[in-house]
Amino acid sequence: MSTHAPVNTVGHEDAHEAHHGHSHGHEASHGSFKSYMTGFVLSVILTAIPFWLVMGEVFENKAVTAGLVMLFAVVQIVVHMIYFLHMNTKSEGGWTMMALIFTLVLIVIALSGSLWVMHHLNTNMMTMTPDMMRNVP
Amino acid sequence: MSAPTHAPLADGEKPVFYLTEDHHPENSTGLGFWLYLMSDCLIFAILFATYAVLGRSYAAGPSPADLFDLPLVAINTSMLLLSSITYGFAMLQMERKAKTETLFWLGITGIFGAIFIGLEIYEFVHLIHEGAGPGRSAFLSAFFVLVGTHGLHVTFGIIWLITLMVQVSMKGLIPENRRRLMCLSMFWHFLDVVWIGVFSIVYLIGVLG
Repeated sequence: MSTHAPVNTVGHEDAHEAHHGHSHGHEASHGSFKSYMTGFVLSVILTAIPFWLVMGEVFENKAVTAGLVMLFAVVQIVVHMIYFLHMNTKSEGGWTMMALIFTLVLIVIALSGSLWVMHHLNTNMMTMTPDMMRNVP
Repeated sequence: MSAPTHAPLADGEKPVFYLTEDHHPENSTGLGFWLYLMSDCLIFAILFATYAVLGRSYAAGPSPADLFDLPLVAINTSMLLLSSITYGFAMLQMERKAKTETLFWLGITGIFGAIFIGLEIYEFVHLIHEGAGPGRSAFLSAFFVLVGTHGLHVTFGIIWLITLMVQVSMKGLIPENRRRLMCLSMFWHFLDVVWIGVFSIVYLIGVLG
């Protein structure tokens, strides 16, 4: 694999690359023991806190707990992206990041659109209590 | 750079086209596989949207607070997280070209993955036994489809992992196998990312009510 320096870099950068072996491209995208451990420790903390919030019933207000759980989930997803999936803006000439952003846009449209439309459908329907539901033919 | 350059032709000589290309990046497979993962991500997004819409339609049946056992989910989550870090160790050993150590860490990853699937099957069987099967309510239908799809992904990931372990042990850490291990690495970490959404939205917020 790419143990050589890239051929199309010029000047001092070329010498720099040659000196450091393969600091560019494929090999760099695998991370190190330290980066994996950083990601792991962060993930353990970011998993433990939401479980503690819910199981220990830390907050009276459920909306606060739910919001915090979602916040920790988003942060942990970003941690996984960086430390485990080695996402950055440079790999593949930025195309992985472009694909990710495009996917995120689609997800936001699909999720918010579904919830919005279905919420309005629900509010315009007659609400059915569990008691009525039991007597449905 | 990739324009063909013509060598001067001698009489009767066939034209030869030289394609002077840049060094072809070894990880162009990585981009293609990433695009697959993004399309998979859309599948899960739609299933999450379905769950978000139907997750409170209990049809007078059990709610998440009645059904879910959070300590079990916590163990399941830690299994998947541990399998992620052990796969990372396998990749580091692969970089060192240490075949035995790579196989060892892949094996540990597989064991954690198998425990995860085992606990999930136990949970599903337990729920169905309690009468909370996928046919009970819209909430349970959406739950079984979302969590079941994730479980199927992990199952196929384990099958893929075993296949790669056989290939690595037979052919060694050749470039082809390194490429395959890199793809499975992305797949495996991606499944852990999806699981973050599952335990946060389905289990934790579900139990909150």
